[in-house]
Amino acid sequence: MPLTQPLTSRSFWHLPVNASLHGPAVDHHLLLNLWIALALLGLAHLLLFASLIRRRSVLHQTPQLFSEYLPLVAITLLFIFLGVRAEQLWAAQRYTGADLSAMQVEVTGVQFAWYFRYPGHDAHFGLTNLSLADAAAGNPLGLDPRDPYAADDIVSSQLVLPAGREVDLALRSTDVIHGFAVPALRLKQNAMPGETAHIHFTPTIPGDYAILCTQVCGSGHYRMNATLRVLPLDQFNAWLAQQDAAQQGVRP
Amino acid sequence: MSHWTHHRTVGLGYLALSMIAVAVGSPISWAMRLHLTWPDWSLPLHGSILPEEYLALVTMHGTLMLFFVLTVAPQSGFSNLILPAQLGASRMAFPRLNAFGLWLTSAALVTLLAAFFVPGGAPISGWTAYPPLSASSLAGPGQGPGMDVWLAAIALFSIASTLSAVNTLTTIVKLRAKGLTWQRLPLTIWGWFTAALLSVLAFSVLLAALLLLFSDRHLHTAFFLPSQELINGVLLQHHGDGSPLLWLHLFWFFGHPEVYIAILPGMGLVSMVLGNFSRRRPVAYRLMIATTLLIGLLGIFLWGHHMFVAGLNPFAGTAFSISTIAIAIPASAKVLSWIATVWRSRPQLTTPMLFALGFISLFITGGLTGPILAQPILDEYLHNTFFVVAHFHLIMAMAGVFGLLCATYYWFPLVFRRQLSEPLGKWHFWLTIFFAYNTFLPMHITGLAGEPRHYAQLTGLTPAVSALLQSTLPLQRYITASAIALGFVQLLFLFNFVRTLLRKPNASSNPWNATTLEWAPAEVFESTQQLIVSRDPCLYSADGTELFPQWESDSTTAASNRE
Repeated sequence: MPLTQPLTSRSFWHLPVNASLHGPAVDHHLLLNLWIALALLGLAHLLLFASLIRRRSVLHQTPQLFSEYLPLVAITLLFIFLGVRAEQLWAAQRYTGADLSAMQVEVTGVQFAWYFRYPGHDAHFGLTNLSLADAAAGNPLGLDPRDPYAADDIVSSQLVLPAGREVDLALRSTDVIHGFAVPALRLKQNAMPGETAHIHFTPTIPGDYAILCTQVCGSGHYRMNATLRVLPLDQFNAWLAQQDAAQQGVRP
Repeated sequence: MSHWTHHRTVGLGYLALSMIAVAVGSPISWAMRLHLTWPDWSLPLHGSILPEEYLALVTMHGTLMLFFVLTVAPQSGFSNLILPAQLGASRMAFPRLNAFGLWLTSAALVTLLAAFFVPGGAPISGWTAYPPLSASSLAGPGQGPGMDVWLAAIALFSIASTLSAVNTLTTIVKLRAKGLTWQRLPLTIWGWFTAALLSVLAFSVLLAALLLLFSDRHLHTAFFLPSQELINGVLLQHHGDGSPLLWLHLFWFFGHPEVYIAILPGMGLVSMVLGNFSRRRPVAYRLMIATTLLIGLLGIFLWGHHMFVAGLNPFAGTAFSISTIAIAIPASAKVLSWIATVWRSRPQLTTPMLFALGFISLFITGGLTGPILAQPILDEYLHNTFFVVAHFHLIMAMAGVFGLLCATYYWFPLVFRRQLSEPLGKWHFWLTIFFAYNTFLPMHITGLAGEPRHYAQLTGLTPAVSALLQSTLPLQRYITASAIALGFVQLLFLFNFVRTLLRKPNASSNPWNATTLEWAPAEVFESTQQLIVSRDPCLYSADGTELFPQWESDSTTAASNRE
């Protein structure tokens, strides 16, 4: 359930549009944290300035209970409260995997591009072999032609997703560590060579959003961008059918 | 003892290295800012900055500042200058080892700077050097000879830092003046002590990690590399099947304690300077000692907060989140003690006191975003954005530098028998803190808007990215202007520094009415009678007019305001 936020706070902190199901709760918690930090910042500086102005000719000792221990207990309780709330959100996003009905998409980071693979009709990703990878020949991921599952795999340079359906994203890299980040989805996970990481989410609002690489990966790091296009379901189905047809044309 | 192995010579040598590193590292950051704001800007005598050159500048800025400024200056520079005297000792425990450490560190700095001039230039993988980017020369320009040179420099640095830390620890344990019990030690000593403990642990792990990375690069091992990678169109097969994650663990096991190594000496000094100019003992002195040690201890257990989105088990994310938030508690206790120390006292707002207060302000501002970044779900959004850049530049870089400037203004009369101009010093303080905040506070906002780190340019990218980053561009210009102004106001300090050195000695032996042993008149050590310390530091009469220094005997302390 999306939490409503005051528009003023969003514009004050300059957060971008939020287009994921889990995002509004994250934003709500982030803004709560930011306002608390700002308030504590003000309070601490107020005390610091006041202590410089309020001079006393004879030293005044405040009992340590009030100057030290009680504020410390209050701060500790505050951090526990914020920490517990954050862990609940983290657990909801990460402790369990995607729902079995989630759409499967694979993301592969390559210096300096993102490739997105859809499993096609058979709902199975075909085998890949790095020794077969050849971007110039249209096979950047090294799909193995001997594997029948690979025949209908769709490889795209744009991540196109239907609004309102959960996605299970498998993250891979062929070369160095890349950081897969979609600020509008409040989502970030590194893609590491030799391992596959999974992350799941549900995009909610159709639109075009930035995909960034957020782990320095070489000279073209800044331009390792892609676009996430979230479409209404019917338009997404049309796009998928079109990709499928194009795929059939390539590999009859 | 030879002049070359005298701890003051060694200390000044370390500080000179830091000055060189600052003199190179700061202009690098301006070049980065100018390029980021105006991508067509052309660096004089060089031309426009290429993307790989931008990343080489990122690497060198981070490496120079973190290792050669924030580690060397407080932990090796000022500790050699001041620590023996503050202990009532005439030397460091191992003078020759000490001098050797300085020469090794000098060699490390020369080696590091040589990376600019080797074929391919300096490495582009940042100061964290994550493999496989750092493991193969195929991964980009600078990752061949440049990376090897970087590894050699940091390996030399690690050895030097470990030796220096052993020396510091031994000196503190063995060479304290008689009667200078652990509880009577100034908090500066506690800062150096804890930082040295962390150094021994952290730098030995870093050295091991560097050796493993070297063998991955040249000896066909695969500690940090998967069995197969396709880099730049070349298929690399390795005998083993390692993981880059291992490097992240080892690096951050070093890297996180490293930031406490950089800041703990400053915390100690600030506590003592506050006590000195508030004319009272720092409030909750024993708690301050405990929190220093606790920060050191907890500092070992939270490296994983750099890895929330790196591919850790999410339960590990939770564990590291708890340990990270936990360290905010001793840190908060310190801030409360600092505020309580100046609260309703008679603080004298001298330049060192102003810089100490500036340190506290920056530490609070930078520190408050720490618990935010410690929450994995929030870090997921903020990781590697400028929000993080703002966080660590305020709490580590700026607070660290304010600690160093505080140390410089405070101990200048002790080291050079001259006092820096107070009016110039105060101008220096207000302008520096003004521009420091104007440089780094707006970065929180650009980071929240989504601006990633390490981007060589923010314009001319895909429409969706441009739409995201567009709103940050006016702030970018503001940040760049502030950063350059921040640099220029340091000329005020340089002028003050040089002008004062050219003058005749004018300072009295204890101009700040300090109570710790480094300010003891020379007679105390020359007299045949052994120095026996019988007092805590920072003891003043209740009205603040009388001081009870540690070098005097206890017969007069009846009037002191012991807590």
